[in-house]
Amino acid sequence: MAFAAFTTTEAQPQAPKRKSRIALFLLLPGILYMVLFFLTPLISLILTSLQAPNEFGDIGVYDYAFNWQNYVTVVQEYWPHILRSFGYALVATVLALAFSYPLAYFIGVKARRWPLLQSVMLVLVIAPFFISFLLRTLAWKQLLSDESFIITSLKALSLMAPDAHFTGTPAAVIFGLTYNFIPFMTLPLYTTLERLDLRYLEAGSDLYANPFTVFRKVTIPLSMPGIVAGTLLTFIPAAGDYVNASRDFLGGPDTQMMGNVIEANFLVLLNYPAAAALSIILMAAILVLVGIYVKRSGTEDLL
Amino acid sequence: MSVSVREFAERGADLELVGIQKRFPGFTAIEELDLTIPAGSFFALLGPSGCGKTTTLRLVAGLEEPTRGRILIGGTDVTDTKAHQRPVNTVFQSYALFPHMSIIENVAFGLKRRRIGDADTRAHEALRLVELDHLAQRRPAQLSGGQQQRVALARAIVNRPALLLLDEPLGALDLKLRRQMQLELKTIQEEVGLTFLHVTHDQEEAMTMADTVAVMNKGAIEQMGAPEQLYELPRTVFVANFLGQSNLFTGRVVGTTDTAIAVDVQGARLVVPTARAARHQGQVTIGVRPEKVALHRDAPAESSSRNVLGPGHVIDVSFSGVSTQYIVSITGVGTVTVFAQNIGIGPIASEGDEVWISWDVEHGFGLDDDLADAGKFAADDDTHAIAVQRREALVAELEES
Repeated sequence: MAFAAFTTTEAQPQAPKRKSRIALFLLLPGILYMVLFFLTPLISLILTSLQAPNEFGDIGVYDYAFNWQNYVTVVQEYWPHILRSFGYALVATVLALAFSYPLAYFIGVKARRWPLLQSVMLVLVIAPFFISFLLRTLAWKQLLSDESFIITSLKALSLMAPDAHFTGTPAAVIFGLTYNFIPFMTLPLYTTLERLDLRYLEAGSDLYANPFTVFRKVTIPLSMPGIVAGTLLTFIPAAGDYVNASRDFLGGPDTQMMGNVIEANFLVLLNYPAAAALSIILMAAILVLVGIYVKRSGTEDLL
Repeated sequence: MSVSVREFAERGADLELVGIQKRFPGFTAIEELDLTIPAGSFFALLGPSGCGKTTTLRLVAGLEEPTRGRILIGGTDVTDTKAHQRPVNTVFQSYALFPHMSIIENVAFGLKRRRIGDADTRAHEALRLVELDHLAQRRPAQLSGGQQQRVALARAIVNRPALLLLDEPLGALDLKLRRQMQLELKTIQEEVGLTFLHVTHDQEEAMTMADTVAVMNKGAIEQMGAPEQLYELPRTVFVANFLGQSNLFTGRVVGTTDTAIAVDVQGARLVVPTARAARHQGQVTIGVRPEKVALHRDAPAESSSRNVLGPGHVIDVSFSGVSTQYIVSITGVGTVTVFAQNIGIGPIASEGDEVWISWDVEHGFGLDDDLADAGKFAADDDTHAIAVQRREALVAELEES
């Protein structure tokens, strides 16, 4: 797959000429599942996003309508949250990539000679999944609270102002996002780098490229499928995340992301159309951004 | 002459390897290697896989560091420089064309790294040389093996390196393309005047292309010289068997004259010119090439200028059109292989026939080592032979420690 991304697809596997009923039958559960749990909610969400408040009803009662102004209203009201979501997600993705690439390179390339070390390190990357990410994020909240050892030490060393906080700041939210999504970045990077043919790197240095140029001109392009997959797996869920930015976890009142706003509108304010409209906007924005990104990185085959 | 990677080499450079040793964790690839390759020559390192020839090439390219010894290119010590700083280019066995770049980008890669002007024009020129300019915009995966090989060659040659390294570059080609590329390589080498270091396990390729061949075995050079010299006068059992085929006999020297020695092989008296024998007394191994041996239906007349063995029995005849290979079993001496050109019509003897063999005394050679010491040379192309070699290497290592 790594190189399929770079070569124009010449020989498509021949589709069987006779339509197989068995294949259709085998596909049926998947199709049913998608219709039931993806398509139906999506249509329902779109319909909800266009609802208008019931004229005589209580709060939280809406009628079906074509109230497209809902979209304008939520954008006007929540544009800082929308921008913040994508901003945080972008920073977290860049940080996760910067952290994961060397890690994945070490596991996938440098550690090839020691398969045991390779396995151990991979297990360590996956190990956090054994505990719910809610618990882990809560643990970080404790570890980074104002009374925690880390923060008091930093203050004692004058690396932090005495009255400063860490939790509740944008930095804390970005830290949480980065931390939580690092495995999603590392694993696809690892799978590409693990198959990286080192002979290409040797050919690069044989052709007068210094190590940095080899990295830039050979290693990075050859690991592009992993970079694209990893950044997508990080950016998409991070943009919609509502746990890290939540006040109950690492966020504060000024760090609310779209996810938090959607949650509040659905569950607290009972403004279902606003929440639905925001969800649609989030989805559409991600689709557009991802489309542009994949197009530009030249790995259309991944889609 | 000092060579910089910033400019084109005016001509090929000398390559000197001084006291090179290369150890990897667990085994020694090169024991002790001294080698000088004069500028402008086409030099072939020939040997079975695992003999250290590819390691030698990688050391010269800068892809490995020697454990000990110096590497000099054009008189400049490059031992401590990195691969990208050496005026050397390699045509890799796997070609290693960058899959994410077009053909022209691949060929221009080295020029662009050296910031040489007109990189694209020069790259197109190099592609025209290998007759692939029309495919410049393709990706390597869209090319056939032979085309990729030519691109790899263009990608190396376009840089005008002082020294061009070829790592079994023709291994993946079919016979016809192979011949064509051999010729092309030779032409390019003569035109451009570069120094070529060619690593191969194909003795025919080495002999047809190189002006000097070094036969490597177990991390050391067994013998070096012009192809015809190596073939006609092998010095060791390994060379005699690896470079073509040989009939080898072991016996004691029973007589010496000014010009020849006589060896007793199981009662038969075989004569070898003194000048063509490495050792002149005691137990010696002598040999003759199969195509120098003549087959007789009747006992040939005794002659001082010919060695005669027989009678024996033909135990195998294989007819290959242009020649016929006979295997003759001679009691006490063993089996002898005879290549006879197909001058008449069909084989002149068939299985079970009683025959004599003879060869010109001048065609015999005497080796420096013994058949028994060296062991029969095992082809390394089957798993059994590789397993045996591995075991021998391990045993040797255990004894060492």
